Formats: sequence, structure tokens, C-alpha cells
Amino acid sequence: MSSIDFHDSGAVVIIGSGAGGGTLAHELTRRGVKVVLLEAGKRQSTETFSQIPGEAFAQLTWLEARTQSGNWGVARDFPTLPVWHCKTVGGTTVHWTASTPRLQPWELRAKTTYGEIAGASLIDWPIRYDELLKYYEIAEKRLGVTRRNGVPGLPASNNFKVMYAGAKKLGYKQVHTGHMAINSRPADGRGFCIQQGFCVQGCKMGAKWSTLYTDIPRAEATGNLDLRAESTATRIEHGTNGLVNAVVYRDAQGKEQRQKARIVCVAGNAVETARLLLLSDSAKFPQGLGNSSGQIGRNYCHQITGFVWGIFDKPVYSWRGATLAGVIEDEVINEPKRGFVGGYRMELVTLDLPTFPLVGLPYGWGRDFSSIIEGYRNMAGMFINGEDLPRAANRITLNPNVKDAFGLPAANVHVDEHSNDQAMRKHAQGQMSKMYDAIGANRIVLGPTPPATHNLCTARMSADPREGVTNRWGQTHDIKNLFVSDGSALTTPGSANPTLTIVALALRQAEYISQEMKAGRV
Amino acid sequence: MLKSDLNIMNELVNLGRRETIKVTTGLLTGLVIAGSHLSLIARGPVWAVDLSTLTTSEGATLMAVARTIAPHDKLDDAAYALVVQALDADATSNQINRAMLKEGIEKLGPGFEASSEGGRVEALKKIESSQFFQSMRLKTLQVLYSSPIAYSYFGYEGEAFSKGGYLHRGFNDLRWLPEVSSEDSGPMPI
Repeated sequence: MSSIDFHDSGAVVIIGSGAGGGTLAHELTRRGVKVVLLEAGKRQSTETFSQIPGEAFAQLTWLEARTQSGNWGVARDFPTLPVWHCKTVGGTTVHWTASTPRLQPWELRAKTTYGEIAGASLIDWPIRYDELLKYYEIAEKRLGVTRRNGVPGLPASNNFKVMYAGAKKLGYKQVHTGHMAINSRPADGRGFCIQQGFCVQGCKMGAKWSTLYTDIPRAEATGNLDLRAESTATRIEHGTNGLVNAVVYRDAQGKEQRQKARIVCVAGNAVETARLLLLSDSAKFPQGLGNSSGQIGRNYCHQITGFVWGIFDKPVYSWRGATLAGVIEDEVINEPKRGFVGGYRMELVTLDLPTFPLVGLPYGWGRDFSSIIEGYRNMAGMFINGEDLPRAANRITLNPNVKDAFGLPAANVHVDEHSNDQAMRKHAQGQMSKMYDAIGANRIVLGPTPPATHNLCTARMSADPREGVTNRWGQTHDIKNLFVSDGSALTTPGSANPTLTIVALALRQAEYISQEMKAGRV
Repeated sequence: MLKSDLNIMNELVNLGRRETIKVTTGLLTGLVIAGSHLSLIARGPVWAVDLSTLTTSEGATLMAVARTIAPHDKLDDAAYALVVQALDADATSNQINRAMLKEGIEKLGPGFEASSEGGRVEALKKIESSQFFQSMRLKTLQVLYSSPIAYSYFGYEGEAFSKGGYLHRGFNDLRWLPEVSSEDSGPMPI
């Protein structure tokens, strides 16, 4: 743990301590680079994680004011909570459910694979699959991903047994307990999964990988990290040469501070990353920092979701066990005959009792609504995680009418679903319904799209600087010492839960940044 | 039971042991019915919830609203009284909330509580888009299913870290479907 002077202009300042920022901080500090890591939230630990769902939600969630618009269901069902990510040291790796599949090679060539699609702003990734694969392999070892490198899978839970039986009836072949960043046996100085559920409330066993208790303490141990929790970045500044040189933030007391920087890496989750760059406009960069293309905040993707619940004669106790440990991968294909392009996963899911009526069910009340909850004990659950199409008008903007605690405009999240997105969700919910029906469900209930947890692509990597914000290293096209280091940089979302890809890109970016620093280019 | 759940239950005290609080504007009370989910966790024969802004009659109307929004016939009244308690706390700390609740109750009128379920549903449908109803719906769902009475009623076991997880307490005890093949599952860690 080190203390870096506010005027030290040699440090790398990373904003956000989640999968991207936390990994990058560790990778740079272990190479001898001094890093100031700004995190808006407080530092919790396996001891302090609350096990009361409502309290845990308030303890970990980013709850600053936001607005939203567009035709997506979230705007109707969850008007005050368009997205659900964390505000705490470790970022969203504290509440994530740890599913870590890889993107498919063809998903990186989305434009080439799917062709020109009206109403979408598809492009191909500027990275070859084999370049990414190398870092996937490193990331999987670091995260201890199950079913890779000889790490056993997690044992099947009751909820998975239901999914498995239904999937087999429909003839699906690739059905297993998932590639999970959850220890199926002790590893990495962390405990093993005791199937407690409560992945979303913070894993009190530390069995689920999080930067909170892996990369961040390891970065601190190098002596090169200055972690500043409860520090909210409000502006990135630049000099007359057009390079960024400082980050302005509010500390735990609400006092404004200014940290000089050699390099700034933004990793605040796709909504806040875009918002911070837009808030950092200046005479030289009137559209926002790094935004000469006008692409910052655009092409916002969140992956298609939607629950399906099956209620049976006999108990399932779906809350017992690792929340997301089960997947069907047969639909991760591009088969336009299904009525849409792109692929989707079907993943095991459940919600604790207090959360289920609020998030898992479509808007409702009265006899019919409560009769679903009566079946909670006998209920199994799944949801879809599929690729949504980027659209230029689906974007994060600043809402001048709503301000945060510091008087700065809040983010507005606008999403109009593409018809492809809707066709995919319908297909997936149909398949999942068929599975539960095939094994005798009494009742099948389709749930809503919950607040988005996979926030992506708002500063996407592009070969052509006019089509995105960052180059193949997540370095902004406009400013060579300004980087984007979270899911914002993904070119397209694909159908894989994004954390493994974010970690792989952060590992790759860390190598690039340290090389460029050594060569004196940044 | 969790410590915090016990705190919630402290609000549901035996009338005989109830301490006089500074300002009591209303009281919701009822018997703990033998064999009910509440009886498994209550400490006395009677439950009571003090109100510090709403009157007894207003509390009873809101309880009827909560039961119409989320009807579970065999779930104890006390579970719904906890919703009213939370509403009362909001009304106590916030003038706007208080005005909204009082106005909503007035609009429903004195006959609401005693009307049939069909009548109550009709009355609520008429005001479904109001802020009063939307707040009532949200608060009912937030509070009703978070209480230890609801946990017991729905068979929900809650957090398990303190008990060693569900690893040896039934996470894989389902026997009415075929077992998962070993290559698609994984070994028990211990």
C-alpha cells in the first residue's frame, strides 16, 4: 500500500475497481507501475457482506439517480433502476454470479457473420480471435474457472436437475453446470463453494472470484497501489497538448481533489464510463473527451435477458445452491432460420424470496400474481443471455434535468429494442417453456427483462476511428494516454456473460500500457 | 433465525409486555393463531404493531389494501401489519408521504376494508395509475416477502452461510427427476 502525491504526474490513474479496473491495477502494479485506483464505493469484506437481501442490495448497488427512455421493458417495469451494477471496492465482481463463458470466434466478426442489418450499427472487432484466446486462457487460470485446466465442475443442484431433465427431453447436448469462476475445490487461497445461494449478496466464502479479495490486495502488496475508496471521479482534465493530465474527484468527505496523472484508464461500468467522458467536455473537446467520432455512449448493449419460471408438483428449493451454475449452450450458433441472427445461452437462475416478486415477475398484483408466489418452493428458474444488436440511438446521454449529489447531470439510458432482440427473446423463452412443459410443469411463467447487469459497448473498440471510441487496445482514438478498461470497450456483446472477456482484455491492455510506457510513447 | 429477523419480530410483541412508546396514534393487533406460521416464531398469544402517524382505522384500510394487492389467505395478518408499519414509518418521516396516504385512504372511503375481495379489486383498479396505489404496491411487495413470517409461510430458508451452506443441507436432494451424468455435474468438494 503506498501513498501517491496529488502532484505526482507519473502515476496511472484507474477509475473503477471491478473486473477491468481491478485486474488492470494488479497487472500494472506488479510490473512496477505506480497506480492510483479511484473507487466511488466503500470497501466491504467477506465479513461485512450483509445476508439480508434488501440490505445487501443497498450495501453494494450503485443507486445514484438515473433516468431512462425507449421501448425496452426495463423503462416500464423498473423506471428508477435501468441498470444494476455495484458501487463498492471490487465493483460488480462483488455481486456477479460468476458465469465465465468465452465469446465464439464468429461473434468477434459480427458484421461479417450477420451481414448488413437495417437499424443496427454492427462492426467487426479489431482483434483476431487467437489474440483474445491467449488472454482467455490466462484469465481462466487466474479466475479458477470450472471445466477448464482440470478444474472440476460444480456439483448439480436441484434447480439444475430440473433444467437438465428438460433440456435432455428437447435433445440439447451441451448442458452442464457451467464454466464458473467459483471454486469447486479450495484454490488460490480461497475457500470452496458451499452452495449457499446468495451469490448476489457477496460470497462470504470468497469462493466466487472477485477483485475485492484477489487482485486488489495483491496489487496493494506490491507497494505500488494507492487505493482510494469513496472517491468519485467527476472530471478528467487535459493540457494544451491535448493529452489528459489529471482526474478531479470528490473524496469521502465530499471535498474536491485533483490527482495528476500520466495515463488515465476509465473502468466505471459502461454507463458511468460514458457519463464521465461526456462530463469531461472542454473547449478543445466540446463533445466530450475522446469523442470526436460522436460515438461515446452510443451502441449501448446489455445482452438480451428474460426469465422463465416452471412450477411443479414437488419441491425444487431453487434457492439452495450456486445461483447460476447451469447452462445450455446448443443455441450459441448463428442460424437465421430461427428468425434472428446471433446466439443465446440459457442459464440457470433463481431469485431469493424478497427479490422474486419485485424483479422476477412481470408487473402485477392480486390473486393471479400472488398465486405464482404461492408456488415458490416448487419453482425452477432459467433465463436467457443473448446477443443484442448495437444501435446508434441506444445510448447513454447526460440528463440536465436530473443531478447527482455533486450537482452533475445524471445519465439517461435509452434503449429501443431491435426486432431481432425481440425475436431472440421470444424464441428462447419458447424453448425454455417447452423444456419445463416436457417434464410436467403445472404452470410456466415468463418474467420480465430485469435491470441490465451486462452494460457494454459505449466506448467500443473499432478499426475505423469514425465507428468507435477506442482502438484495438482500448486506447481512445483521440487521446493516446486515455484508455477505456471495462465492458464499454467491447466492440459487440456476443452471447457470453462478459466478465471473462473484460478480464482478458484488461490483461492484454496492461501488457500494452506497460510496453508503451517503457518505450516512452505514453 | 437471523439476528435482524429477530429485530423485526421485536416489533411484534406480546401486548402484555408492550412498552408504552412516546406517541401512539394507532394500533394494529390480532391473535396469534395456533398452528399458523406466525405461531412458530411469535413469543406470545397476541401480536401488536404500534402506529405513530396513522390511526387504527387508517392502518386497517391499508392492511386491506396490502392483502388485496398480494392475497395469501393463510398468511397471518401480522405479515400485512408489517407492511403498514413500514408505511407508517414513511409517513412519520415524510410529510408528502403522509399526505399521499391520507388522501388515498380518503378516496377509497370507509367501506373499503369491509367490502368483498371483488369490490376491493374494483376499487383499486380505478386508482391503479395513482401514486398512492403504485407506492402501496411497491411497499407491499418489498416488505411482505421479507419478513420471517413470509419466509416460514413460503418455506424459504434464506441465508445459509451461518449454517455451512446448503452443501449438506439439501441443495441436491431432488429425487423426482433423473440424476445428472457425472461429466455434466461435478464432485462434492467434501
